[in-house]
Amino acid sequence: MSETLSRGFDDGGPFFAAKMKYPGLWGWLTSTNHKRIGMLYLVLIGTFFSVAVVIGVLMRIALLSPGMHFVSAQVYNSLFTLHGIIMIFLVVIPVVPTIFGNFALPMLIGANDMAFPRLNLFTWYLFLAGAVLAFVSVFTNGGAPDTGWTFYVPFSLKTTVNVPLATFAVFVLGMSSILTGINIVTTVHQLRAPGMTFFKMPLSVWGLYSTAWVQILATPIIGITMLLILVERIFGVGVFDPTKGGDPLLYQHLFWIYSHPAVYIMILPAMGVMSDLFPVFSHKNVFGYKMIAFSSLAIASVGSLVWGHHMYVSGQSDTAGIIFSLLTFLVAVPSAIKVFNWLATMYKGSISVEPPFLFALTFVFLFTIGGLSGLFIGALAVDVQLHDTYFIVGHFHYIIFGGTGFGTFAALHYWFPKMTGRMPAKRPAILGWFISFVGFNLFYFPFFIMGWMGMPRRYADYLPKFTGLQRFSSVGAYIMVTGIVIIIGNLLWSRRKGQLAPPNPWGGATLEWSLPSPAPLENWEEPPEVTRGPYEFGKREEGR
Amino acid sequence: MSADGTHPRADLEADDFQAARGKVGMWLFICTEVLLFGGLFLLYSVYRFKHHVDFHAGSMDLSRVAGTLNTIVLITSSLTAALAVHSLREGSIVQAKRFVAATILFGLTFLTVKGFEWGTKFEHGLYPNSPVLLGMPKGQILFFGLYFTMTGLHALHVIVGMSIFGYTLRHLGSTVTAAKPVLLENVTLFWHLVDVIWIFLFPLFYLIS
Repeated sequence: MSETLSRGFDDGGPFFAAKMKYPGLWGWLTSTNHKRIGMLYLVLIGTFFSVAVVIGVLMRIALLSPGMHFVSAQVYNSLFTLHGIIMIFLVVIPVVPTIFGNFALPMLIGANDMAFPRLNLFTWYLFLAGAVLAFVSVFTNGGAPDTGWTFYVPFSLKTTVNVPLATFAVFVLGMSSILTGINIVTTVHQLRAPGMTFFKMPLSVWGLYSTAWVQILATPIIGITMLLILVERIFGVGVFDPTKGGDPLLYQHLFWIYSHPAVYIMILPAMGVMSDLFPVFSHKNVFGYKMIAFSSLAIASVGSLVWGHHMYVSGQSDTAGIIFSLLTFLVAVPSAIKVFNWLATMYKGSISVEPPFLFALTFVFLFTIGGLSGLFIGALAVDVQLHDTYFIVGHFHYIIFGGTGFGTFAALHYWFPKMTGRMPAKRPAILGWFISFVGFNLFYFPFFIMGWMGMPRRYADYLPKFTGLQRFSSVGAYIMVTGIVIIIGNLLWSRRKGQLAPPNPWGGATLEWSLPSPAPLENWEEPPEVTRGPYEFGKREEGR
Repeated sequence: MSADGTHPRADLEADDFQAARGKVGMWLFICTEVLLFGGLFLLYSVYRFKHHVDFHAGSMDLSRVAGTLNTIVLITSSLTAALAVHSLREGSIVQAKRFVAATILFGLTFLTVKGFEWGTKFEHGLYPNSPVLLGMPKGQILFFGLYFTMTGLHALHVIVGMSIFGYTLRHLGSTVTAAKPVLLENVTLFWHLVDVIWIFLFPLFYLIS
């Protein structure tokens, strides 16, 4: 394989139609071009997302009425485990860094590709391999894992289902994530266009950059934790087995040392994209550029020190609990800074309500609800009541789906013209947004109430008193999924039939909008000279 | 890493720029390796704090001679690796090849000694989940569990390092030259990391009694 694979192209053609060394599908699978790899990731992640949504719907069908009608308890355990593993490791962690970190990042900083193009393609194959392993684990050697995505010991060491292969899959996916992080950090440090200083970078790049550091520094810990589960199951070493002197609590520490920062891997890059969208659709310079940039770094660093808040009731010391609680409240500050700065950006702006911006506003609304509910469970005393209830499930779905999910839809609609050369059709997009937004709240808000009333998470059945709320929530889920189907269907339709897009349909001032739509295979003949900030709209050349 | 000959940006074509990129990537990768072992060192410190008497007793059972020998072997191999980089920069491909070969041989020596060491333990019935080990105090079960896990993972790294050295050896003089030394430099960086990890493992397991 040589670098010339992606270089032998006809000048001027769009990246997806450019002539590659190999024709057709093989040309895609061997291309080291950052835009093509971004699209490869989009296809895989989109597929996994659909699978996990279907699994989610199955759970909501099972929960329509009390009693066990639709699935057995064991199947239900597998359903929520698979939903969690797929959504967390195959969708939400990689979604923004791999799709937009690949497709958009080099264009945003005026580079022609990532720092390590071949490594970049390799991460996609690692990702695919990890996904295949995860799916194989469902059907072999005892069947689908039933441990939840957290693989807590001692259950994960005792259960007869195929945990070893699933944990190995997570290890491989972690490798892919680490290499993507290394690629992004190196790219940002080494490949910025002349004049693109760190404080002239678009804020989405700051988001991706901070995230990449978390990917590099936190992911190895889940790597070793998953390896230890493997070693435990194969050799029975005993580091987590109390009968051999091990301590199961240490597993939880190791797991959350990664998995809490991973929450920020999920949300930070989406926050970065939001910071790009708000100024564009308000036609106004971003409010507090440096504060948003530094708040990303602050979230990345303080967020690495709050893992103990998952373990308030696991038997860690009260002192540890108090410190972790304090740090948890602290990490809310940089998140709040971002929210206030986005809102301040809109103030006196000339706002155009386009589909990407509707999704961006939804991000802020839902993320705020999710973030505030996080303060409830970050408080030591309240958490004793709420731990392991639906309240937690509501909290993280508001953050992860409301935030990252809707943020991803925003990013998809925003960069859609660059990806396809066509505009996402506006009316169906708004219809899909409205239905999914309403459905989302009908679906997840009752979770807060049920959690408060004591409904435990991960139960296949519930007491009759929850029937009304559970049913309400299930109907909300169906409405939300209808909305998602409309959104995705509209994007697929617009890809072929949408209006042709001008180079700069939204009036953005970042570098990617100076390129034609769809983007060419090679971004720039001459490296662009950057003389102004990413949100100085006054000085932009009229491209619409 | 990449060799984009047709890249329009002149500054990207410069070899030192390529090398800088490769180096940045390698250092970041080394960060991840440190953290990978960091998780295990965390377990080690917690369990040693809980069971320090058992850990001392377990340490008595390890062969200090073998441990010391391996430490010397590995440090020497780091020297030969560094000398290989030096020779390559000076332009002496033959010399560089010799030093790389020597590094691989030292790596092999390390693994052999390690193999004998593990073999003796197995002969005495000491291996994870063995009846002999399970009859010992809990702290010792953990000590030997961590000993096998950590030195095992380290040995895997030695094997990976040797393989990449072998790959580099084949390409020395063709794609790896004085002007493009980055592959040899990076694998040497990795080798030093493997060496440094051993320098922590050695006292923590062999010298605590």
